Amino acid sequence: MKLRKATVLALTASMAAALAAGCGSSGSSESAASGSSASGSKTDSSSGKVYYLNFKPEADEYWQELAKEYESETGVKVTVLTAASGEYESTLKSEMTKDEAPTLFQVNGPVGLASWKDYCYDLSGSDIEGQLTDDSYELKDGDKVAGIAYVTEAYGLITNKALLEKAGYSADDIKSFDDLKKVAEDITARKDELGFSAFTSAGMDSSSDWRFKTHLANLPIYYEYKADGVDDKDELKGTYLQNYRDIWDLYINNSTIDPTQLSTATGNQAESEFVNQEAVFFQNGTWEYDKVKAIGDDNLAFLPIYFGVDDANEGLCMGTENYWCVNSKASEADIKATLDFMNWCVTSDKGVEAMTSSDKMGFNIPFKSNPESQNTLFKLANANKNTPVSWNFSTMPSEEWKNTLGQALTVYAADQTDANWDQVKQAFVDNWKTEKELAASAS
Amino acid sequence: MRAIKKYWPIFLIPTMAAFAIGFVIPFILGIYLSFTKFTAVTDAKWVGLKNYATALKDPTFVHSFLFTAAFAAVTLILINVIAFALAMALTKKRRGTNVFRTIFFMPNLIGGIVLGYIWQLIFSGILSRFHTALNLNSRLGFWGLVILVCWQQIGYMMIIYIAGFQSIPTDVLEAAEIDGANARQTLFKVTIPMMMPSITICTFLTITNGFKLFDQNLALTAGAPMKKTEMLALNIYNTFYGRSGFEGVGQAKAVIFFVLVVAIAALQQKLTRTKEVQQ
Repeated sequence: MKLRKATVLALTASMAAALAAGCGSSGSSESAASGSSASGSKTDSSSGKVYYLNFKPEADEYWQELAKEYESETGVKVTVLTAASGEYESTLKSEMTKDEAPTLFQVNGPVGLASWKDYCYDLSGSDIEGQLTDDSYELKDGDKVAGIAYVTEAYGLITNKALLEKAGYSADDIKSFDDLKKVAEDITARKDELGFSAFTSAGMDSSSDWRFKTHLANLPIYYEYKADGVDDKDELKGTYLQNYRDIWDLYINNSTIDPTQLSTATGNQAESEFVNQEAVFFQNGTWEYDKVKAIGDDNLAFLPIYFGVDDANEGLCMGTENYWCVNSKASEADIKATLDFMNWCVTSDKGVEAMTSSDKMGFNIPFKSNPESQNTLFKLANANKNTPVSWNFSTMPSEEWKNTLGQALTVYAADQTDANWDQVKQAFVDNWKTEKELAASAS
Repeated sequence: MRAIKKYWPIFLIPTMAAFAIGFVIPFILGIYLSFTKFTAVTDAKWVGLKNYATALKDPTFVHSFLFTAAFAAVTLILINVIAFALAMALTKKRRGTNVFRTIFFMPNLIGGIVLGYIWQLIFSGILSRFHTALNLNSRLGFWGLVILVCWQQIGYMMIIYIAGFQSIPTDVLEAAEIDGANARQTLFKVTIPMMMPSITICTFLTITNGFKLFDQNLALTAGAPMKKTEMLALNIYNTFYGRSGFEGVGQAKAVIFFVLVVAIAALQQKLTRTKEVQQ
């Protein structure tokens, strides 16, 4: 009897232990992180540690390398976690509640800052602020420097010159929207003979729809802001929506796939169409260089998205939506360690090399140390002497606004009637007002 | 008995702790957060009922409720009728019934997101011949979701019904036969009343699954076109992450959602439980 009781007790105890272990495993990623940071602090207990929540999946590998490099050089533990594409906000929200919250994170501009401003450490007077080439790269919340841009990017129409020549044109022939339209429609007319299309598929799957609901939508907003001399508005007039429609028509009706198939077409699909020489134009940006260089540097041209408003002066869309912020709720030591790490990234040879080399992250960084870019797309963008189009999509009121616009564009693409375009207009103009009001009511 | 009196904490505490950590605490925290404005859950500020007012004023929330209710009603009927019929067919003494039971059950082993993407490919392949797509037409989206969920859940409900059929005592059926009941009478007067416990379980599961559906909705249509196929759970998710400052509103919607599902499930339990008979 005694023996049996003992066995039962032992069994229940082991079950309880297993259960406790099971519960513990949900927090294992944290405990692993804190475990290794404990080992890091053996070398230098007062140094604090850095936890960077990275936004760019394509740069993850290089950040991990750089973190190791920094750790071996200084003994300060750097943890880098990369959020899955499109999941940054949700990852940040959950990571921020942990004891080991990110000390370095990023916001996309004024709208992103609105939710995180209580977490942003004032970076004025910091070393990294002194490294900036221009104070327009600071993201301000009143007088506070809440964020610092760490990369500038450009987007436009990435063009395959060889294919364009096969069709009997050169990149220099295209100087305006009308030229672009003429070339694209001519290629479409001879599509079977040429064996390629004018545009890559304008996929509206979530891996690709940001190219149109955000990046392309920047142009009508840019011109409207410019005409009114402002940099944000509570209500849009939608003056340039006809131009938006014209270029969207051009994209969807001269592409590799039927417009009704766009709703499920992905970003990878467009990318591979371009690399496999199936289309001449690909609306995307400098971050795609690593992928598109497969067609050869000499073969690349980078055209502005001619919008038919001021084509003679329009340049590429240049700007940033990547601002580094330091978590003000982290401990003093961690903040200090994070500031040191940021500064090291943009001043040390190794840091700068990792951030700018075309074999690594290939960024163009707005800091004094920025070498001449090895990113051909960026070189082409810099060579374009026209007025760059600024990035105004950081003033777009919410993700909801973008998503609604994207869905309206998809519906219109499948059935290009005026009634469906009115839905796009509604999503653009009316919904802008609604969403701006909602955003204001929430703050 | 003495052992239980003495050692009950050893049996109870692990489970209670897991239940508290995994359910009770998040649930209470969730209700609390629905009355606050927060970005990360650790910095909540009390705002009272404001979130509930905003949530109820949102037309997309109302639309998603109606869409979800229609979806739950349709799948409730389709899944249960088909699963019941299949169970009836597969409890007849025929060769190969075990193989078919396995085959019908298998879709249930695949996760919702995977199923959503697979079915999206299938539907796109078919619909492209008609120059349309699932996310262009809310009616197609609705029926696409219905087909997917039926395909996934019929097998599971069928297994429950089979267990129910096997527990019906044969003497009742024999008595019905001897008394001259025809097949129709046997089904409605004997089999179905005897099956009520299984029916209660299956209707409960299908109705709550219908209301809680998320993965399949996200993967198959993601609410397109224009939020017309957005169901309640997805609406809550989009509210939470779609606008800055709307986390509390999403949380309020989640609480309303919880109350709705509990109320509907309680009503359903009441309706079917009263029909159960003692064997």
